[in-house]
Amino acid sequence: MQPRPFEAIVVGGGLVGAAIALGLTDQGVATVLLDEGDIAHRASRGNFGLVWVQSKGFGAPWYQRWTRGSAEAWPALAADLAARTGLDLALHQPGGVHLCLSEAEFEDRAAKMARMQAEAGNHGFDHRMIRAPELRDMLPGLGPAVVGASWTPYDGHASPLALLQALHRAFTAAGGAYIPDATVTAGSAAPHDFRVETAAGAFAAPRIVLAAGLGNADLAPLFGLAAPVRPQRGQILVTERARPVLPMPTTTIRQTGEGTIMLGDSMEEVGFDTSQSPPVMAEIARRAALSFPWIADLQVIRAWSALRVMAPDGLPIYDQSDRFPGAFTANCHSGVTLAGAHARIFAPMVAAGSLDPSLAPFSAKRFDVPHAA
Amino acid sequence: MFRTRPEARPATVEVMVEGRPVWVPEGASAAAAVLLAGLPSIRETAISGSPRAPYCMMGVCFDCLAVIDGVTNRQACMVAVTPGMRIERQGGARGVAP
Repeated sequence: MQPRPFEAIVVGGGLVGAAIALGLTDQGVATVLLDEGDIAHRASRGNFGLVWVQSKGFGAPWYQRWTRGSAEAWPALAADLAARTGLDLALHQPGGVHLCLSEAEFEDRAAKMARMQAEAGNHGFDHRMIRAPELRDMLPGLGPAVVGASWTPYDGHASPLALLQALHRAFTAAGGAYIPDATVTAGSAAPHDFRVETAAGAFAAPRIVLAAGLGNADLAPLFGLAAPVRPQRGQILVTERARPVLPMPTTTIRQTGEGTIMLGDSMEEVGFDTSQSPPVMAEIARRAALSFPWIADLQVIRAWSALRVMAPDGLPIYDQSDRFPGAFTANCHSGVTLAGAHARIFAPMVAAGSLDPSLAPFSAKRFDVPHAA
Repeated sequence: MFRTRPEARPATVEVMVEGRPVWVPEGASAAAAVLLAGLPSIRETAISGSPRAPYCMMGVCFDCLAVIDGVTNRQACMVAVTPGMRIERQGGARGVAP
């Protein structure tokens, strides 16, 4: 059977793939978005929902700049998606804090933030280390265990599920072709000439973007690329809905637009195991109750785990293949935060045919360390 | 609107639903008491304020949320009645007192 021709194939229907596919469509590129079935790991359906800047890019100022650029692109993205789909993404960017529960945590955080500012150079990095007495005026019912926090004005949060739905709706409304149950089973590559076989038929295009999350590890080599990503498990607890009480998100605690309070940010190296573990859940709850003792009075109504898509150094991977120009990768563990950049900065680069030199540090070539003789 | 089945065990437990006494069988759920009380709704949703009554009766839909013995947002279908239990309206999202 002849493959269906398009101008671009995007593999992966999660937040990363959908944002890029929408961005390509908005550039006038006829795009097909291939999504796996519900057997996929679906990081986009399990994430926390921060649009988060302050922790991104210690020792990697290019990552800090990319993240800031995405956070700055978010308001326009949210407004555009709301106008096109009627969906409210519950974007709220009031700034955010990272709470420190000991003097040691506070000193460590202060040193990290100072280093971020030094590395940011002329780009700047607005932040403050705030001691508990002042913090109590900013956040209601802060626990006595909190000694202080780092604050930046760049942070915020949004509804990740509304974002995913809005990206998909806007993509198809703009004429994009969404193909579900289209696990890629084979692929062939030549410069600006790509073909993939899927359970839902064959597709061909002069451009292909691999945005299949953990699936990229196996897909990338087919197209002259590398994506050495591994799963890192995170667990989340969600409380019953409460009237608005938290004016801003923290790194691990946020109140959603619907009123639930999400607690999270565990990190476990357990392969593809998506089960939950009571000791980790208990530690998440313990730190939340130390931060805000009134949280202990709320019922937990849901909990889940999901797998982050992690490169060896924790940074995103963006590449275009040298061997097969037209083939790109996009991998990250911040599909919400980076949605603005993916839709409005990265996709236009793919449409134009080359990645901006500012993305060069994100190439997977950084992992090609010469072996010692 | 709702009646107990004819073969149901005798109603021996008295609870208070929105301040009105209702007799229900031992082991029945608080949501069953709400239905037997004949109330059109037992909560308003947290976002739109839309009225809701017990629906799935198996812990899934959260439409039976009620204040039970002073505790907010209980799933009434998952709580067995006790003598003198107070089951009251859950009006929207609960508050927290930091």
